[in-house]
Amino acid sequence: MRLVILDSSDLVSEWAAKYVMRRINYFKPGPDKYFVLGLPTGGTPYGMYQKLIEYYKAGKVSFKYVKTFNMDEYVNLPRDHPESYHYYMWNNFFKHIDIDPKNVHILDGNAPDLVAECNNYEKKIADAGGVELFIGGIGPDGHIAFNEPGSSLVSRTRVKTLAQDTLEANARFFDNNINKVPKQALTVGVGTVMDAEEVMILITGTHKAFALYKAVEEGVNHMWTVSAFQQHPHTLMICDEDATLELRVKTVKYFKALSGVHQKLIEEDTSLEKYRTIH
Amino acid sequence: MTPKLSQFVNCRILRNHKFIKEDIWVRDGKIVNPEKIFFDEKIQADIVIDCKGLAIAPGFIELQINGGYGYDFRFVTEQRKSWSYFLLPNFSYFSTRCVSHSFTKNKTKKWRYKWCHNTRCTCRRAFYQPRKEGAHPAECILDYEKGISAIENLYGSLENIKLITLAPEFNNSAQVIRSLTEKGIVVSLGHSTANLSQGEAAVNNGATFITHLFNAMLPFHHRDPGLVGLLASDNIPKNKSVYFGIIADNIHTHPAALRIAYRVHPNGLVLVTDAVSAHGLTEGTHKIGQMNVEIRDKKAYVAGTNTLCGSIATMIECVQLFVKSTGCTPEYALEAASLHPAQALGIEKTKGTLNFGADC
Repeated sequence: MRLVILDSSDLVSEWAAKYVMRRINYFKPGPDKYFVLGLPTGGTPYGMYQKLIEYYKAGKVSFKYVKTFNMDEYVNLPRDHPESYHYYMWNNFFKHIDIDPKNVHILDGNAPDLVAECNNYEKKIADAGGVELFIGGIGPDGHIAFNEPGSSLVSRTRVKTLAQDTLEANARFFDNNINKVPKQALTVGVGTVMDAEEVMILITGTHKAFALYKAVEEGVNHMWTVSAFQQHPHTLMICDEDATLELRVKTVKYFKALSGVHQKLIEEDTSLEKYRTIH
Repeated sequence: MTPKLSQFVNCRILRNHKFIKEDIWVRDGKIVNPEKIFFDEKIQADIVIDCKGLAIAPGFIELQINGGYGYDFRFVTEQRKSWSYFLLPNFSYFSTRCVSHSFTKNKTKKWRYKWCHNTRCTCRRAFYQPRKEGAHPAECILDYEKGISAIENLYGSLENIKLITLAPEFNNSAQVIRSLTEKGIVVSLGHSTANLSQGEAAVNNGATFITHLFNAMLPFHHRDPGLVGLLASDNIPKNKSVYFGIIADNIHTHPAALRIAYRVHPNGLVLVTDAVSAHGLTEGTHKIGQMNVEIRDKKAYVAGTNTLCGSIATMIECVQLFVKSTGCTPEYALEAASLHPAQALGIEKTKGTLNFGADC
């Protein structure tokens, strides 16, 4: 695992966006070779999308031959509801870039048969050749996508009933009325994300500090589902200083000492492949 | 063949009272929601138009205009071309006012059948207060004591009429206003000496518009503010908005009067030009009908004199002058020339906005 510690959340956004751009460009996608990207929603990745739009507009990256798979979506929430992840992705990313809508995949929480929708999603990911880079955020309780505490660490895409904590945390987006918060969501499983070639997790803010500690310093545990990525061969965790507050000094110093190597990953004129394999 | 899908990029658009940075997608003459196209149809635009940072506002809607480019709508019978000329520079939609005089019944009919199938007209012939006839010759001023039949006798079928201005102070006005309103015609009050209570009665009977506020009506008086008082009346239904046209060329309405109207009732304000046939002509002398008209300093004079012969302001000039006079935002002034007239006509679902589903 790599842990990249940056001074601020803005730098986390920029680092993540540069890395995505580098990975896509280095991959040299084309009509017969699509780059497959897994995408999150939420406050943490917002800045990354902003940066990616900026790079796209500057002509530095194109999404013409990129396929995307989003992590999750609420069940029974209208697609144009401001809290739906379709709405988020359209307004914060897709409408600004050159991606072909045929290559965009988001779980449909309004599908008549939700189980079939989930199984079909797994199949679409497989048909696309698997995810090259899955980007995620985490919740304060260490969940990745909607894989709430206690989720199986080998879970696949499925219907998930949301934890009371999540409903309460999300009520602020639904007129502070917990009854309006969708009770279920469709989500990729921990196992689905584990299958990706590479996983990049963004963690910012003091409220995520305890989750980062659990993810990095404690053992693999289904109560902190993000900890599963300790067992992934290519995990990148990108965090800001605030998120390191619960880590030991030793841990922080260790990863900061590697920052020179980490920085090579986003520098232009370096061989990405070479530095991806040097840990 | 499916219609082409166009995307206007790199522009600022006027939507919901403010300019936002947003693309506009158009298909088959309608503004479409790109989110639905993206997720449901999964297609991309056929044509992408780079606006290079320009602003896009809804097309202007003119509720009061008499002619332009040398054509006078009173005489337009065969010159179909004049319409296309006229539509070119400014407007997405306009209602034309047929001024009273020189119209025989036959001509009115001919005009309506020929031209009104794709536009709507505002007819102002006739039902005015003789003391407030303005430029309309006295012999053309009629009354409607006989009720709606008097109006039908004049115009024939009212099918294509969208707005009629009348003076509400005569007998039978309640019945006439109700009958017109039931037919979906907007009743506008003007060319009138009505007092405020007569105006309020007319509004309660269905009138929703005031023709060129301040012009051709009683001047504001503090004990009886007349039709102008409708802007601040508390004797009309709360949910009902009275709209009013106002000529913002800084000649026909003083900037201070514009400011008063704007501050008292901003949601009802509709910019109109009331332009005459000299509108759109270049500086110099032109022969229009029997008259020589001289355009000088953006004003139309009877040639060789200092006598003004009508408004020739374009709508965009009125918008600019209105911003300058009142200090309102450009967004507001643009909507006063698009959204507000559309609301006044009840067509705001398809005209006067850049919302999804609106005509383009």
